[in-house]
Amino acid sequence: MNRRHFLRYGTLAGASSLLAVGTRDLWFPHHAWGQSRRSPRLIVILLRGAVDGLNVVVPYRESAYYEARPSVAIPQPGQPQGALPLNNQFGLHPALEALMPLWKAGQLAFVHACGSPDATRSHFDAQDYMETGIPGNKRIKDGWLNRLLANLPAGPITQAVNIGAQTPLILSGSQQVTTLPLGKKAVRRQSIDNIPVQEAFDRLYQGDNALAKAYQRGRQARTALLAEFNTEMMQASKGAPSPVNAASDLNRLAKLMTGKTQTQVASISFGNWDTHVNQGSSQGPLANRLRSLGEGIQQLTQALGSTFNDTTIVVMSEFGRTVGENGNQGTDHGHGNVMWILGGQVNGQQVYGNWPGLAETQLYQGRDLAVTTDFRDAIASILTQHMGLNSTQLAQVFPGHSVQQTLPIF
Amino acid sequence: MINRGLWRPLLISLLCVISFLGPLAVPVQAVTDSRAIYVLNRLSFGPRPGDLEHIQAVGVEGYIKEQLSPKSLQPPSNLKRKLQQLKILKLTPIQVIQRFEPQRQQQQRPAAQKAARQKARRPLKQAEQARIIQAIASPRQLEEVMVNFWFNHFNVSAEKGRVKFWIGDYERNAIRPYALGSFRDLLGATAKHPAMLFYLDNWRNTAPNSPGARGRFQGLNENYARELLELHTLGVNGGYTQADIIATAELLTGWSIPAPRQMAQHPTGFYFNAKRHDPRPKTVLGTKITGQGIVAGEQLLDLLASHPATARQISYELAQYFVADQPPEALVKRLTQRYLKTDGDIRAVLDTLFHSPEFWDDKYKGRKYKTPYEYVLSATRAQGRDLDFNTQQMLGMFAQLGMPLYRCRTPDGYPNTQTEWLNPEAVTRRVSLAMTLTRNRGSQNRPTDLPQLVNTLGDQISSPTQTVVDASPERLRAALLLGSPDFMYR
Repeated sequence: MNRRHFLRYGTLAGASSLLAVGTRDLWFPHHAWGQSRRSPRLIVILLRGAVDGLNVVVPYRESAYYEARPSVAIPQPGQPQGALPLNNQFGLHPALEALMPLWKAGQLAFVHACGSPDATRSHFDAQDYMETGIPGNKRIKDGWLNRLLANLPAGPITQAVNIGAQTPLILSGSQQVTTLPLGKKAVRRQSIDNIPVQEAFDRLYQGDNALAKAYQRGRQARTALLAEFNTEMMQASKGAPSPVNAASDLNRLAKLMTGKTQTQVASISFGNWDTHVNQGSSQGPLANRLRSLGEGIQQLTQALGSTFNDTTIVVMSEFGRTVGENGNQGTDHGHGNVMWILGGQVNGQQVYGNWPGLAETQLYQGRDLAVTTDFRDAIASILTQHMGLNSTQLAQVFPGHSVQQTLPIF
Repeated sequence: MINRGLWRPLLISLLCVISFLGPLAVPVQAVTDSRAIYVLNRLSFGPRPGDLEHIQAVGVEGYIKEQLSPKSLQPPSNLKRKLQQLKILKLTPIQVIQRFEPQRQQQQRPAAQKAARQKARRPLKQAEQARIIQAIASPRQLEEVMVNFWFNHFNVSAEKGRVKFWIGDYERNAIRPYALGSFRDLLGATAKHPAMLFYLDNWRNTAPNSPGARGRFQGLNENYARELLELHTLGVNGGYTQADIIATAELLTGWSIPAPRQMAQHPTGFYFNAKRHDPRPKTVLGTKITGQGIVAGEQLLDLLASHPATARQISYELAQYFVADQPPEALVKRLTQRYLKTDGDIRAVLDTLFHSPEFWDDKYKGRKYKTPYEYVLSATRAQGRDLDFNTQQMLGMFAQLGMPLYRCRTPDGYPNTQTEWLNPEAVTRRVSLAMTLTRNRGSQNRPTDLPQLVNTLGDQISSPTQTVVDASPERLRAALLLGSPDFMYR
């Protein structure tokens, strides 16, 4: 195990927060929002299907990594199609090249060997736990982003937005959330945009049950969103179609974050990361998906403009994949993974976490990267340092969880 | 129900008889019996014109009996004719691949490539057509409901590779024949279907040290094994371990798809490759499986289908679909017992369910939020246009509401609970679609027959809704009924 070059936040935390004082003075904390008209924003990107974190942030010094993955490993930096060096222990998947400027600017960090304390390898349970923030308890019906919302000053109708067809568990709960479908459908005109139709249906949905409230919320949000996207609708045919699938939806998200709708919290999911077969290495199916995601995120940070200063973007997945490849040049369901954290105020250019190593005795159940950072600890650091939550509020977002480690992410 | 015309004179005479009975008789309520509407909303995709009258004639119990024995109900000839025209559905999985899968030719002209792509879409299109026209027009409504239920339970997705060529056959030959039959048969048919073998990668699952382990077949792939235990049978809390998953994957090594030169002998698309199989005995869930070859896999499926955890998981899912998002525990227990006593006879379990006090408890009536699929189907059925509806438009609506047919990417299938489908965007979108559905109806583009719609919906429209509808412009009334809060639930 090589821990020498690895940032151990346990001992360095104090030093880092001292260093951070300089930037903190420039930073308007959350409670000053009213006066400064700035507010911290949070975007959570969920990669559903369990992305292979070991090929996202590659532990290129580990011989065990190359032994376990004869065909899917990413070559060392300097070799053809090798990893892009992050530090002298880790490298980035070459398909994520678009993110390197952010890394170099100190606006991108990773937390490796991060994940859930619950060992399930069921996608569906693991995603639920990641979204509720209460691993092991299946009866929870609300998500931690929704509980976060309950601890922020009430904002406009579009304070929290999900991009996608349904509200995911992470944003479900007592706080109302707006949904905006993917792609062009989001802004296409509907019958409900006609005044007489609206008036008639408004009368039908006057009640205060869940359905009526959802209708009322949907009507208000639609009015706000259509106002925001009016110009986009008119310009839609002029702009060349984006080569990147993720980019157009992330661009729309940027517009909601920067425009009049004042969206503060958002989530978006991208699927298809379940690589049991023909995963590829520097090139191939996983590389293609990573490339469009990386370019999409890079465009999102650009489109956010100065708002990126107030924004944190978290990219996470339900669990990692096996260290060893399976019989089909793919990987099966594993455990530890890597969390990505981007933002204007992020203390970047760091790979946080306690690296457990990949030698057989260091693996979890002999097959997976061990989890050394509870994903809730990483998020808790963001919520307190970036979103301005106090410990009481944090306890409401992650009930029953006591933070073990604080990461100096900001 | 089929010969709707026949029931009308019968009904009129019935009403005459009732009215002679004096003050006790309540003829209007008799037609719109809330039990009748309820049973139609749960056992079918909602009432069509004439359905209420039919239940009035055969009784609620008679209707349940009919639906549990679908062979007693003859599909109308126009539906049979339309199904006949969907000829790709009669091909074997191998024939579909041979005729419709584009060949890899490098220097094909763009026009030829485009034509090949269009041709490749036809098998899936016919599967979609068949699903929708049967879901709307088949008198065997419970069968249609269960086909959808089992399809989601054993989900495969047209978004993954060759699956799109095989979905039609998968539904027709692996799901539909067993929708009300034996769970073991259903499990076995899905396990051997190329759509499932491909979707969850088992076709490549190979014993690492076997003679057939080479090229792209080099070792275990546990994807199908895991979902087989977690989703198809025991449930995620069914008491299995990672070791059980690996043993399951090993037992199913060699369950594959024929290579091109083997295709002629294996038209169903299932091919057991003994050279890639691990013949050693295995222990799964504490039970030793001694069979070798394909027999070992069959013994595994026997074990899984008859396992109490499976009985409970299936019972829970059925109770959740037919009764409540959080189904009553007593009912789940009773269904589990019935499942175990009848060797997983789906019809028997449903029979118990439909005669349970929980099913008829008022607190569950009209409280299941319709999925997008159920919403669009029920709105179309309520307008009773026989087969004159636009299937392409309906497919678009499923997609707009986030539930594109045959395209759920994850193996858990589409959910059917309110928390998954009720959100602000979805409600306003449904309301807009109600406008579209009542404005443009099929080839003749006739507006909805409002009095007929009111009659069809019976008592499922509440009086506050009725008041608003009556006070609204006439051209909006049909859409208001189908877009009303009452119509969002079944």
